[in-house]
Amino acid sequence: MASNPNRPTSPHLQIYQLPLTGLISISHRITGVLLSVGLLFIVYILSATSSGISAYGEMQATLDHWFVTLLYWGFVFALFFHLCHGVRHLLWDTGRSFDKETLDYYAKIELGAAGALTLIALIFI
Amino acid sequence: MAEFTLPKNSVVTEGKTFKAPADAKNVRRFEVYRWDPDSGENPRVDSYELDLDDCGPMVLDAILKIKNDIDSTLTFRRSCREGVCGSCAMNVNGKNTLACTKAIDSYPGTIKIYPLPHMAVVKDLVPDMTHFYAQYASIKPWIATQTPAPSDSERLQSKEDRAKLDGLYECVLCACCSTSCPSYWWNSERYLGPAVLLQAYRWLADSRDENTGARLDELEDPFKLYRCHTIMNCTDTCPKGLNPAKAIAETKKMLVKRQ
Repeated sequence: MASNPNRPTSPHLQIYQLPLTGLISISHRITGVLLSVGLLFIVYILSATSSGISAYGEMQATLDHWFVTLLYWGFVFALFFHLCHGVRHLLWDTGRSFDKETLDYYAKIELGAAGALTLIALIFI
Repeated sequence: MAEFTLPKNSVVTEGKTFKAPADAKNVRRFEVYRWDPDSGENPRVDSYELDLDDCGPMVLDAILKIKNDIDSTLTFRRSCREGVCGSCAMNVNGKNTLACTKAIDSYPGTIKIYPLPHMAVVKDLVPDMTHFYAQYASIKPWIATQTPAPSDSERLQSKEDRAKLDGLYECVLCACCSTSCPSYWWNSERYLGPAVLLQAYRWLADSRDENTGARLDELEDPFKLYRCHTIMNCTDTCPKGLNPAKAIAETKKMLVKRQ
């Protein structure tokens, strides 16, 4: 029997309740993209630093804006979050930490570690 | 390719509501995905209010109650009603599970029932499994040997070797895990998905199988195996408590070790 070509696709993202590891997985991707975009900003800082006093002053004024400061700390958190989940991937690659019961536990450690590293950076930088 | 929204013909609309009997005391609302291939209309969600005092304890009991007493047009697969056949796999409140082994009481409030995600729908809760079964067949899920069989006995296995199949042989191929996997949603034409990869590992892990090299050759592919990104939806959702993500990781390890 020929199948009906009008068959609908059943809902997926619209209805699926992603578990914590699923949310972290997609966040890992998104932060990876954002970190790449953020590198452009670092290029801007480097070029401003090497372009003389006026460019440097302008760059400093830009960085002092509250919104830019917020973006900066978002970037730092994204960096540490991406790093922590990267470590998790290394652990997974050895065949460890797959047990269903421990998935959320490890996920929370990742988030906590990323938050703590960001705080430490905040205090010392 | 990744398509994050539903195509035009798949957008879900609001359907009918079937009220509970007036004297019902223990009412629970079930919202169920419906699609009638003969109507030419988009899918819809119908709501059924059931009296749980007059209904069995499992989600499958509620669906059977709807079909028997309220709306006989509701279409779904079911058979064993004890989690062995894998027929009644569906999405209940956002997670894939077997309707027969999931208690209604494990959910608070309204229960939303959809077919397995990102599948072509044949009717209502029945997805088209043709491609999934073809992928299963592609991994040759049977024992393959080079040596002649012992003349006076079966091919024997030590208790330790047999134990390596625990957590693998229990899979009933319900497809809950594969259809929970975003990677499978976007790449199912080339990625085998967690269920089939767990089955592939079941034969890699079998001490009696003598085809390991060829099996690994088949799997060593950027899409078939390596579209697994350890999202872990599969392990999270498996109604049999199995761990497809771990089986995939073990397969990747075998590929690294033989290099």
